[in-house]
Amino acid sequence: MKGKTVVQGVSLRSHSRSGTALFFHLLWKYRYLTMMMLPALIVLLLNNYLPMFGVFIAFKNINYVDGIWKSPWVGFDNFTFLFSSGSLWRIARNTVLYSLVFMVFNLGLSVAIAVAINELRGRLLAKGYQTFLIMPYFLSMVVISYLTYAFLNPDKGFLNTTVLELLGKDHVFWYSEPAYWPYILTLVNAWKGVGIGAVIYIAAIAGIDPEYYEAAVIDGASKWRQIFHITLPSIQPIIIIMTILSMGHVFNSDFGLFFQVPMDSGALYPVTDTVDTYVYRVLMQMNDIGMSSAAALVQSILGFIMVILTNSAVRKINKDQALF
Amino acid sequence: MSSRRENKITPLTNAVLNAGFILLSLACVLPVILVIIVSITHNDSLLDRGYSFIPEKFSWIAYESLFKDYSTILGAYAVSIGVTIAGTILSVIFMALYAYPISRQDYPFRGIFTFILFFTMLFSGGIVSKYIVFTQTIGLLDSYAALILPLLIVPFNVIIMRTFFQSTIHPALIESARIDGGGELLIFIRIVLPLSLPVMATMALLSTIVFWNDWFNALMFIRTEDKYPLQYLMMRVLNDVQFMRANVQLAAQNPQMMSDLPNESLQMAMAVVGMGPILLVYPFFQKYFVKGLTVGAVKG
Repeated sequence: MKGKTVVQGVSLRSHSRSGTALFFHLLWKYRYLTMMMLPALIVLLLNNYLPMFGVFIAFKNINYVDGIWKSPWVGFDNFTFLFSSGSLWRIARNTVLYSLVFMVFNLGLSVAIAVAINELRGRLLAKGYQTFLIMPYFLSMVVISYLTYAFLNPDKGFLNTTVLELLGKDHVFWYSEPAYWPYILTLVNAWKGVGIGAVIYIAAIAGIDPEYYEAAVIDGASKWRQIFHITLPSIQPIIIIMTILSMGHVFNSDFGLFFQVPMDSGALYPVTDTVDTYVYRVLMQMNDIGMSSAAALVQSILGFIMVILTNSAVRKINKDQALF
Repeated sequence: MSSRRENKITPLTNAVLNAGFILLSLACVLPVILVIIVSITHNDSLLDRGYSFIPEKFSWIAYESLFKDYSTILGAYAVSIGVTIAGTILSVIFMALYAYPISRQDYPFRGIFTFILFFTMLFSGGIVSKYIVFTQTIGLLDSYAALILPLLIVPFNVIIMRTFFQSTIHPALIESARIDGGGELLIFIRIVLPLSLPVMATMALLSTIVFWNDWFNALMFIRTEDKYPLQYLMMRVLNDVQFMRANVQLAAQNPQMMSDLPNESLQMAMAVVGMGPILLVYPFFQKYFVKGLTVGAVKG
């Protein structure tokens, strides 16, 4: 809005110029500012815009002899293959269900930790716990896959050789038993994300006006009542925003979590295969550009729709928090 | 002050909460400690009792053999350090140079350039299209640029920077500098940057973590072994061993093949070497991350 006013201000000063002349005048006047943006613009072009235009390969039968331009168009054939491959339902179900479970589980834990850490008497201790809790966030998924492997290794892992031994149970071949992996993945994801998630809510709680609590104490409200009637309602807007924002990524999955932590074990695909791991495998291991690009395009379009929907939902609740 | 004190939880509740947080903190660090202990466990103890928090015999042999064949691991370290330094510097400079013009209220093209940035957050071509573009169109297969380029611009962080410039740098300051005859680039370097050091530091640290921890782009684009960054080398080591072990199990448990596999404390020593630098520095920089995260969460 303000930018527009200034433009009009300029045009008033030079109202004899035509629109095009004004445009070139402004272009020249601000040429240095525009030039500053060139490096990032080139990066965006190579990194984001060329791949956007590249989605047309989903409608082609790419072969390396003809290259991407001369390969024949095949219409929706790749999509037909994808839909009839039988994998679509499995990868869509896994992707969406894991996203939803992670969202609810991490949110609940993060908020509980934030509320509890805020009630601790020793501030120094609280800072100390926070340092430990966010540590996993700084580790790569490769490192985390090593950590999980230390627990789940079939012949030497800590769970088999110590925990199950103590309980007198048989060893489990973790990397070939799909039944456990929904829990393992949820746990690993929470381990990495809950601490850093709590930080956001800790900051939000720190911003609550202390007068509310003082008034509540005078009225004789218990701690529980304060939490449920002051703390949680005060951070409700940010909880809603964070939730809606993660709804925008419901068709995306953390490739590292689903590929590297189960170590790409084929026996686990029924419960670990998501859109991202499927696209990777079909592209890099089966070399099927057609089907993988079709799956990737479906994901992009669904993702686009979700972002638009979630943003309009955010807009309805709180205009300031909307991204656009 | 007294009313605040009355509002504190009871000592008993406090003790229970503290106990809970001690358990949670342990849950966060114990996996890391287990890996460190396994990396210095003697092979006899490993064969005898598996991975354990309290092994009977210790040994530094894993680290010795890791650094005896140092060319691979030092090479991977060098690639990771180089990519992280180059990537972080370029990333912060490019993002700041983009964020500054779109933060200027008088810049007439800020709307269109904000949209160009913003649209990349809405729609992505997807990984297949990107793979084809990178390998076929701009020829980045097996080049270090393929490790840097994809992570250079984080649109969300550019928007945080823009918001920071808008709220911190007063337009009158820029106006007066211009009257004094300063060019745009000079104003940016002499006036805007010194006032923006906190946000620059936050962005630099976020970038450092992202570049150091990245292995996905190496998985997609790097083919030659001496170009592997550390995280990707670690991934290959773990997966190759797991693949062999899985096949051994299927092939009726041949003990001879099992004993030929790389020592397990060696693998874990690699994990320690890979996560070491981050674990050593993050406690000192965590407040910047927290700042960056909370700024981003409050308003993008």
